[in-house]
Amino acid sequence: MSAATSPRSVLESNGFVLLSRLVGRALLYLLLIVMSLWFLAPLFWMIMSSFMPLDQVGVFPVQWIPRVWQPENYTDALKFWNFGTTFRNTMFVTIVSLIGDIGSCTVVAYGFARFRFPFRDALFLILLATLMLPFAVRLIPVYAAYDAIGWIDTFYPLIVPSFFGNAFYIFICRQFFLGIPQDLLDAAKIDGASEVRIFTQVMIPLAKPAIVVIAILSFQNSWNDFLGPLIYLKDPDLHTLAIGLYKFTSLPGQGGIYNQQMAASTLMVLPVLIVFFLFQKQFIQGANISGLKG
Amino acid sequence: MAQAFGAQLSALRGRRRTRWRDLSPMRKREAKFGLLFILPWIIGVLLFALFPFVASFLLSFTKYNIVAPPKWVGLEHYAHIFTDDPLFVKSLWNTFVYVAGSVIIRIVLGFALALLLNTKVRFLGLWRTLFYLPSVVPIVALSVIWLYVLNARAGLLNSLLYAIGLPRVRWFADPDFAMLAFLIMSTTWVGVTMVIFLAGLQGIPEEYYDAAKIDGANVFQRLLRVTIPLMTPTIYLNVLINIIGAFQVFTQIFIMTGGAPRDATRTYVLHLFDHAFQYLPPQMGYSSALAWILFMIIFAFTAVIVATSQRWVFYQGGEAD
Repeated sequence: MSAATSPRSVLESNGFVLLSRLVGRALLYLLLIVMSLWFLAPLFWMIMSSFMPLDQVGVFPVQWIPRVWQPENYTDALKFWNFGTTFRNTMFVTIVSLIGDIGSCTVVAYGFARFRFPFRDALFLILLATLMLPFAVRLIPVYAAYDAIGWIDTFYPLIVPSFFGNAFYIFICRQFFLGIPQDLLDAAKIDGASEVRIFTQVMIPLAKPAIVVIAILSFQNSWNDFLGPLIYLKDPDLHTLAIGLYKFTSLPGQGGIYNQQMAASTLMVLPVLIVFFLFQKQFIQGANISGLKG
Repeated sequence: MAQAFGAQLSALRGRRRTRWRDLSPMRKREAKFGLLFILPWIIGVLLFALFPFVASFLLSFTKYNIVAPPKWVGLEHYAHIFTDDPLFVKSLWNTFVYVAGSVIIRIVLGFALALLLNTKVRFLGLWRTLFYLPSVVPIVALSVIWLYVLNARAGLLNSLLYAIGLPRVRWFADPDFAMLAFLIMSTTWVGVTMVIFLAGLQGIPEEYYDAAKIDGANVFQRLLRVTIPLMTPTIYLNVLINIIGAFQVFTQIFIMTGGAPRDATRTYVLHLFDHAFQYLPPQMGYSSALAWILFMIIFAFTAVIVATSQRWVFYQGGEAD
């Protein structure tokens, strides 16, 4: 009998396999923890620094826990920044765009998914092609056009386009509609339901998962938008949160006042984090749809 | 989406053209409804895609400052860009560096993290959420946070370097390090590609691995011969999306450095934006010419990747759906 198959060495080698598997698992979790720290440290540090006294935010190497908790940083930051107004403006733009996006994209997607008409496939190809058009190419003519019709310093440039369909959201919604069995529609048709009724009372309720994904993408898009508000909104009363935060941190004398800057950033990030934790699954679905297949 | 694009193209090919007058009354009714439903998008694509696309091309041959009507100058801007604009070359080079660096970071790191999470780890949902979390933070807030993280005197990153015994770096004062700082910051969005890759990995049937194991393939062989080939469609699409996105990097650069130090972080879109919206009088015509060159560059990159994709992208079960 060779040494390799003797009961003792089998036991030993099993022990070795077990041990190496254990070490492997430990390393895996260690790596995952290190990566989580890398991703989360800036956000954790933002929150902690937002409560620190000013002399503590300049200490090297950095400290994590506020020496004294100083919630006044928030009220101080708000003195220089009309948070209420910018928050209201952002909410307004976000909600109106959300309604526009959901309304227009479900309707258009339904048109592409459920009806046959000449040039349908060619038009859908154009829709996909517009996704690859860089925003820089559209920037100037669109700005000039808004300027010509007097829409600079209004919310129109930020909300009106959403009522004409977003190519990506239409794509998501169309894929979803295509997956709904035709029998359901035929049954509704036999019952004498009109096209509009089938759409609003059969399809829309069924498409809820796709609509939630669109709603989240639209919310993120409006809430985070910087370039749009930057060029279209000059009047401080119309500023959105993104512009408010940018203007606040670039105020003369704000350089290095990191505790207030972090307080202001926390105020802008918090609503997004709340929405994220409420709809985690849909956020991740949204990312998946955008990158996986189709 | 690239797959959908290909599928759409092949659907168009060899299809008998449907003509309006050949349609039966019922099909005509259906077609009318369909066109009615897509009407908002048709108006939208004319107003927000076709019009600006054509207009910016025409404007690129004019001097235009918004206040006065555009004045035709022919190829003057293009000649100037290619012969007399050192910042064009500089910003284009910086953009290439950012595209290469950030796409590699997002694809390689995203793939590696997805592989780690695909080993039947506990609390998979929790890890996924933690890694994805930073990418939902608004870009303006991220910029403000990272200005502090990258602060030379009291920043988090320098504290980390200090802790492992490395010298401090003056990130935004040193032209050699400023772009690297933005690449480090771009790890923030690795979670997005990771989530996509993870979903792809979870879709690979277990039988493939079992078969490979029976054939005696070790971990690395299984990765190289099973996992990566099956993931090529997802990798392909994400390379494409991330390249197109990275070429247009703007907001964090605009907020954090504005192109400093010594134009080391001046990217292409920042250069274009400055001509249109920062300089006085605005040079919208020049900026449009820059925009069209960018469009051609992105188009060329996309075309090359799409054209070479057949050689390295492997679709399970042959044709894409």
